[in-house]
Formats: sequence, structure tokens, C-alpha cells
Amino acid sequence: MQRIVVERAGGVPVSRRAHVGAVASGNLEVLCEPAGAGARITVETSVDGYEPVWRATLERFLERNPIAATIEINDFGATPAMVSLRLEQALELAR
Amino acid sequence: MPVLGTRWNTGAVDKAERLSAIAFALSGKVLDASRLVDVLERLIRPGDRVCLEGDNQKQADFLSRSLAAVDPGIVHDVHLVISVLGRPEHIDLFERGIARRVDFSFSGPQSLRLAQLVDDGRVEIGAIHTYLELFGRYFVDLTPKIALVAADAADAAGNLYTGANTEETPTIVEATAFRNGIVIAQVNELVDELPRVDVPASWIDAVVVADRPYAIEPLFTRDPAEIDDVTILMAMLAIRGVYETHRVKRLNHGIGFDTAAIELLLPTYAEELGLRDEICTHWALNPHPTLIPAIECGWVRSVHCFGGELGMERYIAARPDIFFTGPDGSLRSNRALAQMAGLYATDLFIGSTLQLDRDANSSTATRGRIAGFGGAPNMGSDPRGRRHASEPWLALARGDDGIARGRKLVVQLVETFRSSGVPTFVERLDAVDMAGKAGLAIAPVMIYGDDVTHVVTEEGVAYLYKAENVDDRRAALAAIAGVTPVGMERRDERTNALRAAGVVAYPEDLGVRRSDARRSLLAATSMADLVRWSGDLYDPPARFRSW
Repeated sequence: MQRIVVERAGGVPVSRRAHVGAVASGNLEVLCEPAGAGARITVETSVDGYEPVWRATLERFLERNPIAATIEINDFGATPAMVSLRLEQALELAR
Repeated sequence: MPVLGTRWNTGAVDKAERLSAIAFALSGKVLDASRLVDVLERLIRPGDRVCLEGDNQKQADFLSRSLAAVDPGIVHDVHLVISVLGRPEHIDLFERGIARRVDFSFSGPQSLRLAQLVDDGRVEIGAIHTYLELFGRYFVDLTPKIALVAADAADAAGNLYTGANTEETPTIVEATAFRNGIVIAQVNELVDELPRVDVPASWIDAVVVADRPYAIEPLFTRDPAEIDDVTILMAMLAIRGVYETHRVKRLNHGIGFDTAAIELLLPTYAEELGLRDEICTHWALNPHPTLIPAIECGWVRSVHCFGGELGMERYIAARPDIFFTGPDGSLRSNRALAQMAGLYATDLFIGSTLQLDRDANSSTATRGRIAGFGGAPNMGSDPRGRRHASEPWLALARGDDGIARGRKLVVQLVETFRSSGVPTFVERLDAVDMAGKAGLAIAPVMIYGDDVTHVVTEEGVAYLYKAENVDDRRAALAAIAGVTPVGMERRDERTNALRAAGVVAYPEDLGVRRSDARRSLLAATSMADLVRWSGDLYDPPARFRSW
């Protein structure tokens, strides 16, 4: 297990809570809720050793979507592509 | 001046001698199965070139298991020519010293053992070929002395019926039989009357009834239950960014879940886009079960097949307007002709790979494995001998000096990472290092970057054929390579310029919403769905059944 946190200041708050995905092999769960200012993404992943890939993926997501939100990710070996897609899906519901 | 004493029929004399040496086990053309090993020991001489029918799907496994059981003191140093080195006993031939040299195309399941044998100096690899190259060489400098092939049935005269899985049998037999080689066919059964004749008796020297039906793999069956949202997103991007953009009607799909997803989106997503009759009408394709919904919805006009697919027999026989079938109703496949069709008559090849470098060279060779390749390099290349035009082919033409010609669309469809930590986009292909270790003259690149016209990932589409120079090509690839080492070189300003020039398209540029990528878009989400679509004609192998 590894915990990774990525933060970014500013951004437009999301309007509601959202939950997508599931904790299953190759998949992940994303919980998104509104926050006053800034974005904070916390990842709990079952696969250790890929922090740079996680950071790059999450930073690109926040660059593309400057939001204020608290996001929790519970990962079970998802690919970066699946991570990005689930984040986009969660954001769509939370906006 | 003729040289005195020269003989011009040494091959025929040799053949007659060898056949007389095995006459003890023959009754007409029917060979006594219990004496097969003995026959092979008397027939094959050290150094002979032997073609064993190891196809992509069908395997002459009774013959290969018997060959692996001969005494290496009698039969040794054989030169094996085989398209797919796929069974354990194929490798045993080298471990036991029966065979020494191999020319082949693909070694998928045996790729690890083959690499070990190369390391141990137990096998010499002549070359790793594409299918068409290897078949071509059967008629030039790799003509077999002995061919060991597989068929469904024979009659007493030696005519063969190959059923849905004809694959390479006629090609191998033709090369051998017309050069005074010897052809032995294993058959599942001897019958009085064949449903149709696929290979005539005069090309066959002996038939032997196998101890069990020939081995065959359902290689092209993909369970829709395993297709995830990312794969669906990539399929949507391929449909909008390539198929719709270029109006691709004649095509080949490589093996895998990525192309299966495209097939399952035709009757749903592509139908909503109004693309029926505009794309995907004529196919060079194995009988993919995931194409059933598109066929049933009237999308498909014709499919010519490289081989059969287990479980698809009854469905195909009931759809003779779509598939090439014999007067008996069953599929007639032919790998050599389907490869030729895929090379020259289709406008697009799309497939996946394990590694792509920054120049879009692709390879399925990874560390410690010598996997080879099948048909992808044929179909995934621009045939410069092509002289007929079509709309998508012409759309890729460069220049207007009056002799501009088009290009085949060669599309690589890959997720940026294969699993969470393994990037598809790499600085250097493993194939390059592997070639050095295995003593190969060239790196086993599956598709060369300069043939690749489009790369599709979950991030978007790179229209490489539009790039003005090498720098732009690399920047376009980096723009869709995600957070891989290649993708981390992406620069926003450069990417925006490439998007404006249409060299890179992101989902939003193509009208694709990422969040629309959901399994509910698939025309079938399970094997049971495919069976239902087929009207219960498709009969999946047991391992694909959950019911």
C-alpha cells in the first residue's frame, strides 16, 4: 500500500459529491466532494513504486480541470488511462 | 554446352527411393498410424528441410508429436520451416537435436523457451518472416523436401477435406508436391465421400488417421465482458478520428480487445453517427465472434478469412452471403490469399502492439522472448506496388505533381500503459537488444514507423502522415503518449499548434466525450449476448461459457 497526495491552489469549486468506479483488479474508485479552495487528491494504491506516474497523471488532470475539490482515490492496479477516465467521469457528475 | 552425365530428375528419383522405403507401412495411400515414428525415421534424412504444418490456429500435432519421438541418432539436424512454432514438441525437436535450424514467422506461446534455446546455442534461426514472405520462400529457396500437414478428412484415394480451417494446407502442399517433395497428411477421419475436395489426391503421398483430432486454438475469440471503458474510449476515437474521417470501407482488424471493441460499437455508436454503408463494409478478417452483431445489423457485405474460428462453423454456414463458403456450406479459409488481400486490397490495417518508440516503430518482442510476428507486418505496411485508387488511400496522397499516389492507412491502437507500471511508449524497443543477443541480422520490428499513418491512444489521435518533418512526428506522438517517458516530452505550445494543423486531435476535437465511454455502448457485453445475436448458431468453446 502506498499513499500519494497531490495539491493545487485556486480553482472553481465542484457543486456536488460524486462516486464512480469500483475497487476491483485493474480498476479504482474515485470519490469527489466540493471544497472551499484548492484541490487535494489523496491516492491509496495497492501497487507500490509508481509515484512519479501518479503525480504526472494527477497534475495533468488538474491542469486540464482547475477545480476546487477533495478527491479520494482507492486504486487496485488501474492503468493511468483508467485513472484519467474515472477522474473525468467523477468530475462530470460533480460539476 | 550440356554437361555429359548431368541428370535432370534427381528429385523424382530420390522421391521414389524414399517412398519405396516406407512402402511397408502403406496400404495404397493410407499409412498405418502405429508405424508412423518408424516411417519418419526411414523417410527423413539428416539435414532435410521439413515443413511441419503449425498454423496460427490448426496444428498437425499427431505428426509433430511423432516427429519429436524419432531417434535423434537417425534423424538429426533437420531444417524446420514452420509458420507458427507454437507447440511444446516443436521446441522439443531442438532440445532433442532432431532439428537444428528454423525459419518461422511466429512463436507466441513458445517465445520464452525459444529464447532460451538460442541462448544455449541449440537452435539456429534462419530468419523471422511475415507469413507471406515465408510462403513466398517455400517457392524459392525454402522449398520443403517433406511436408507434414493436417486435414479434417481424407478418402482412400488421398483427397483432402480441410473444412473451415484450410489455412495454409494448400500452400504448403503445392510448394512440396510440385518439387518432388513428399506430403503426408494427418486426418481426423477417413471417409468414403468427402463433402468437398480442398487438396487433390495426386498432390498427396500418404494419409494417416491421427490418434485424436488435430489441435486448434480459438485465437480470435474475445469475451466482451472483459472490455473496459478505456478500450471503449479508444474504439470511439478510432471510429471518429480514422474510420469516419477517411471513410474506410475495406479493412483488416488485428487480434485483441481493442479491435473487438470497435466491432461491438458499429451497430450502436457508429450507427448513431450514421456511418452504416459508409465504413467497414468489406473485410479481410478471421471470423471474429465480436463481428456477429454488426453482421446481423446489416453492416457487413463480405468477409474473407485467414482461418476458421472454433464455434463459428454453424453461424458461418448460415451466412453464405457474407463469408466465402464451399458447395458443402462450410467456410473456405486460406491464409496466403487472405494475407495477399490484406496487403493489397484493403485500405486500412489497425492493430495493437506491446511497444512503440518515439518514431512509432512497433514491436511485440519483449525482454527474454522471441515472439516473431504473423500477418501484421504484411497488412501493416504500405504496399508500394499498389496501383488501384480508393477514397481513403487517395486522401493520404502528398504532393500534386501529377504522379502523386496514395497510402495505406496503418493504424496502431494502444493504451499508453499496458499495466499500471509498464509503458507502451518507450525510448528504445526491446527488439533492438534482442536482435543482437539472438544473432539476427535485423531487429524484429513488427511495423516500421514510416509505415504508420495514425496512432490512437486513450489521449487522442496522432495523424503522423500529416507531419511535415521528424520533429513534428515525434511531437505529435508525444502529445498522445500520456505520462510515459515519451509523453512527458509533450509541450503545450507545440501541441496546440499541431492540433490547429490537424496533426493531433484530442477527444474534444473529434466530438468524443470521455465520459460517454461506457460498457452500455457495446452491442454485446457477454459471450451469451453474442450467442443470442447469432440466433444460437454460434457455439463458443467451453472455456468461454459461464453457463
